[in-house]
Amino acid sequence: MSAVILAEFSDGKVSKTTAELATLAARTGDVTAVVLGNSQMAAQILAGPIKKVIAVDNADVLAYGVAAAVDALAAVIAQESPKVLLIASSAFGKELAGRLAVRTNSGLITDAVDVAADATATQLVFGGSTTVHSKVSHGISIITVRPNSVDPDLTPATPEVSTLTSPTSATSQLAKITSTQAPVKGGRPELTEAQIVVSGGRGTNGDFTPVETFADLLGGAVGASRAATDAGWYPHSMQVGQTGKTVSPQLYVACGISGAIQHRAGMQTSKVIVAINKDPEAPIFEVADFGVVGDLFAVLPQASEGIKARKS
Amino acid sequence: MKIAVCVKQVPDSWAEKKMNSGRLDREGVDAVLNDLDEYAVEEALRIAEAHGGNEEGSSNTVTLISMGPERAAEAIRKALSMGANNAILISDVALAGADALTTSEVLASVIKAEAFDLVICGTESTDARMSVVPAMLAERLSWAQLTFAGSVKVNPDAKSVEITRVTESGVDTITAQFPAVISVIEKINEPRYPSFKGIMAAKKKSIETRSAAGLAANISAWSDVVDATPRPARGAGIKVEDGGTGGDALITYLAEKKLV
Ligand SMILES: Cc1cc2nc3c(=O)[nH]c(=O)nc-3n(C[C@H](O)[C@H](O)[C@H](O)COP(=O)(O)OP(=O)(O)OC[C@H]3O[C@@H](n4cnc5c(N)ncnc54)[C@H](O)[C@@H]3O)c2cc1C
Repeated sequence: MSAVILAEFSDGKVSKTTAELATLAARTGDVTAVVLGNSQMAAQILAGPIKKVIAVDNADVLAYGVAAAVDALAAVIAQESPKVLLIASSAFGKELAGRLAVRTNSGLITDAVDVAADATATQLVFGGSTTVHSKVSHGISIITVRPNSVDPDLTPATPEVSTLTSPTSATSQLAKITSTQAPVKGGRPELTEAQIVVSGGRGTNGDFTPVETFADLLGGAVGASRAATDAGWYPHSMQVGQTGKTVSPQLYVACGISGAIQHRAGMQTSKVIVAINKDPEAPIFEVADFGVVGDLFAVLPQASEGIKARKS
Repeated sequence: MKIAVCVKQVPDSWAEKKMNSGRLDREGVDAVLNDLDEYAVEEALRIAEAHGGNEEGSSNTVTLISMGPERAAEAIRKALSMGANNAILISDVALAGADALTTSEVLASVIKAEAFDLVICGTESTDARMSVVPAMLAERLSWAQLTFAGSVKVNPDAKSVEITRVTESGVDTITAQFPAVISVIEKINEPRYPSFKGIMAAKKKSIETRSAAGLAANISAWSDVVDATPRPARGAGIKVEDGGTGGDALITYLAEKKLV
């Protein structure tokens, strides 16, 4: 069997999600990684159980987005005839996977947290309350995988690198991207890939300083509740929850967040959950492994001092 | 403009959801209009209102398209009372448990037959949460895909539409000509509450129910659920009152867990 993964990059650098996808795909067969980019990007693939790398250097992906990426992946599929295709679960990744499933007459499973040797996928549904195993029964097993779901196998890779040119069809050029603004990350790790996420909500009252300081001391990413993104205190790209990101870090710290079901939908599968909230009745405490009933403006600075003390 | 809005009835977000024989058990759960579809209905109405409205005799119509059991008519009625003109409900036992591939095929076959200019969707349904139907519709219809829109600007004379796409990858401005499939994020607008007048008017609006028989759609299963098991509930953990040392207690806990 052969498996194809779509390599993930962030700020032009290969991200650890790539090795995670390869780790799962390698259980099902020999792994070919597709890079939507040039050979310099392809040359960055140096870790993970990857046999081949195919670079599809197509500027159309920047100009036409998902539709052009579908054409590029379809060309790779035509060449490689994989049994399994793994793509990271992001807005882009899921749309790409969905359109490819339509185009190749294949089944689709989204947001998997594990993939077995026979391509059975594990999903955590209903806010993490139910584990579902499912299997594609038609065509290629197209599965999108949540970042941070497996420990990546980081053995050095020496893949054979090739390039592929694929034209973009006229229908894939119907929607044209006229400008792009990259998200502001402020040097912090990618939200969905971070091992630690510290989030702030309405309780920050717009002042994220203690949240950011604590996150930076832990090397974590900063997230936000919808109340915080709606107020414009933090960008929408950092929203955790049903209509934001789903995160599954080792540690999630919710600060001044009440724990509405829509917020919990995005963080409930985190390994350890910590909550800091003034209100002892806040629903976030129902899912917290450790809760501090108190003012985040007192608790977080003290915790930050505690980390500094441990480091020195 | 002829605008279609795809809407779905889903279990209430707060309802406890269970699986039954590999499917979401929808019996005995309060069912509501998918929250995220309200934003799509609102945006369609705003687009129509900005260009002459959608009252009888105006040049715009807003048609709801839904696939689901017959009781989905309740959710559709809510969207009609917001101001949509009419609705098509595709309801068939053969479609129970359909996944995104089948759903998009059924919706696309209805859309194809009606010559819409724009199809507007929410970004996902709160039950299945796959977030792929709008993109699949664009693929099936060979239309422009304008998804995850945080804003939509329509020019009916030029038959063009521009959106800002808001995702984790940043903010893109994307333009296309009609026809296009749009999905809208929940930041785009504040959906209106149905007015009393709207509720009364909705009672007289038509919901045309169709079976799957007349559709050019190939209904099959694309994946199978092997098993579904409830996970042990996350037990509430330790809760401490901050008496001045809450931050220190937190660090002690994190150190025990080897997280710092
Ligand atoms: C369709 C839809 C989609 C949604 N999607 C999302 C989503 O993706 N993500 C999301 O987060 N929400 C989402 N929501 C919104 C969600 O329902 C809640 O409204 C939101 O999560 C509330 O944010 P919050 O917890 O920051 O604010 P609140 O609920 O207002 O809670 C603020 C909390 O801060 C505490 N607090 C105040 N001051 C302090 C202080 N000084 N120190 C400590 N604690 C303090 C309060 O006790 C309170 O518990 C969605 C809603 C809908 C309808």
